Amino acid sequence: MTEVLLEAQSLKKHFPVTAGFILARTVSSIKAVDGVSFIIRQGETLSLVGESGCGKTTTAKMILLLEDPTMGSILFRGKDLQRLTPAEMKEYRASVQAVFQDPWSSLNPRLRVGSIIGEPLVVNRALPSKAIQEQVRELLLQVGLRPDHDDLYPHEFSGGQRQRIAIARALSLKPALIVLDEPVSALDVSIRAQIMNLLKDLQHQYGLGYLLIAHNLATVRYMSHRVAVMYLGKIVETAQTKQLFSHPQHPYTRALISAALRSRPDTQDEEIVLPGEVPSPLDPPPGCSFHPRCSNALPLCSKTTPVPREQERGHWVACHLAETLTVATRATISAEERP
Amino acid sequence: MTQPLLQVENLRTYFLSRWGTVKAVDGVSFSVHPGETLGLVGESGCGKSVTCLSILRLVPQPAGKIVGGRVLWEGEDLLKKSEVEMRRIRGGCISMILQDPMTSLNPVFSIGDQVAEGIAIHRRLKGKTLWQKTAEVLGLVRISSAKARLRDYPHQFSGGMRQRVVGAISLACEPRLLIADEPTTSLDVTIQLQYLNLLKEIQRRSGVAMIFVTHDFGIVAKTCDRVAVMYAGRIVEIASVRDLFSRPAHPYTRALLDSIPNLEEQVDRLYSIEGQPPALHSLPPGCAFAPRCPYATRRCDHEYPPEVSLNSGHMALCWRVA
Repeated sequence: MTEVLLEAQSLKKHFPVTAGFILARTVSSIKAVDGVSFIIRQGETLSLVGESGCGKTTTAKMILLLEDPTMGSILFRGKDLQRLTPAEMKEYRASVQAVFQDPWSSLNPRLRVGSIIGEPLVVNRALPSKAIQEQVRELLLQVGLRPDHDDLYPHEFSGGQRQRIAIARALSLKPALIVLDEPVSALDVSIRAQIMNLLKDLQHQYGLGYLLIAHNLATVRYMSHRVAVMYLGKIVETAQTKQLFSHPQHPYTRALISAALRSRPDTQDEEIVLPGEVPSPLDPPPGCSFHPRCSNALPLCSKTTPVPREQERGHWVACHLAETLTVATRATISAEERP
Repeated sequence: MTQPLLQVENLRTYFLSRWGTVKAVDGVSFSVHPGETLGLVGESGCGKSVTCLSILRLVPQPAGKIVGGRVLWEGEDLLKKSEVEMRRIRGGCISMILQDPMTSLNPVFSIGDQVAEGIAIHRRLKGKTLWQKTAEVLGLVRISSAKARLRDYPHQFSGGMRQRVVGAISLACEPRLLIADEPTTSLDVTIQLQYLNLLKEIQRRSGVAMIFVTHDFGIVAKTCDRVAVMYAGRIVEIASVRDLFSRPAHPYTRALLDSIPNLEEQVDRLYSIEGQPPALHSLPPGCAFAPRCPYATRRCDHEYPPEVSLNSGHMALCWRVA
């Protein structure tokens, strides 16, 4: 088994909602992330999927130390981040990097590409400028740009090329884990495959761990080894990619997969159209937060919150009905298979 | 075959810029029949939105100019109509749904006012009957307790509801053609499915024809009858949905289809199209896709490919199939 890079243990992030102006008091909280646990191994891509507002970006921000978790802990190579010495913390920041969605706003327009990619090296590694320039040129080559591009400004590049620059910057400190927040959704359709293939190649070459945040399920299926589905701040299902797409168990995962449009006109699957919209995280429904939209909901679902249970090896589902629903689908499948 | 509702012939819309003339739409021809859905697919900057704006003569002035071609609406050229006549057509006969529901509604007017405006102008309704009709239209796009919500403002509606309100505005006067410019890009997948199903259902009931602008082949596969693929201001392939997915003729269409990950199977490596779309102000003399095309010959670099008819309704612009 490969090394576990990062482990999140029941991470929570609650944003306070205040009322009043001078004597502001907290009246309630938005539970953006509410008890999320997962692990990422070396060389593995874990995807977080879910609709907008489900807490996937907040989770990523906590891992990047851009938000403090309200509760729970993050373990990096087995060490709790809260117990790290300042020097170890600096090392953690260097080993966890990020690539963001929009390459138009994530690169400083006033810096040359060479300085953008070299900046992490200047800050973290005491190297002579000659050596930095050397490394920058090497990184440019690696992401498929020309070494002499280091003299240009970001506006001189197209979207795909800018995303390559952002990837080169993330790679400069030889990180162990890269958080990819919607890395291709701002790019043109014909450019997306280039960037996804580049990310896969780099992962292979360096054994990088990826935490991929995406809403496009086809992208997720292509890029990731394991998938965690989030709904209203909780992970409702985790499984190996292939397992999740072929045997989704949570009703929300099923609806999500069936709502993703098929790429061919002839493949007509059953279509699950969810009623209503995602409830506000300010006032999540009691019990299982998905029950108001779930067609299988029982009275139990509106009372007790389901705990994730392992259905098959590595396949965790947080649903009271996981077992019964699986049996039901198996029965229908075998009925269909019969001649 | 029925008479086409809309026929666009050799439409050319250019923009004048510092870098020269940008040929955003450069000789586009297609037709839309009553009750059918035509998909207009392509990457950003390929001219699909400008094509739609040109049909309604809403191209930003004075930078953009329709320099040639005809847009025939039931046989009459829209490009020759007066501004007064055009106003009756926009919203009355042809209406449009824009991409972003957050910006296409005015935050300081109530939902009812915004939906009623078009009905008041085109149907000349007033007072109670107008309000009645407005509530009816909102009910059509499944806004629950529509009557009570007429006085609500856009910020009180969720993203999916706002996009349905925008749909209600476009459908209020029972147009015969609806142009939807990427109507679901800002919506979540489950809401997107709700919305597409709603549009399809309204189309089944009212027989409105649609032009669906998108870059998502999933939407095309789900909603369209015929598809036009655009690249660098021209339509490079038109086919029925089935033909396009099973027998793509143009190398660009084929490459696009191969480079999109799909949900049904696990692929190890996607095909990727090298290079980038060309700049529209300095297009090569030959085929615009030639620099990225794996099958390009010398002829492709110098001569623009002809329109080749493959079978009924399937057309591709490529030397290879000629």
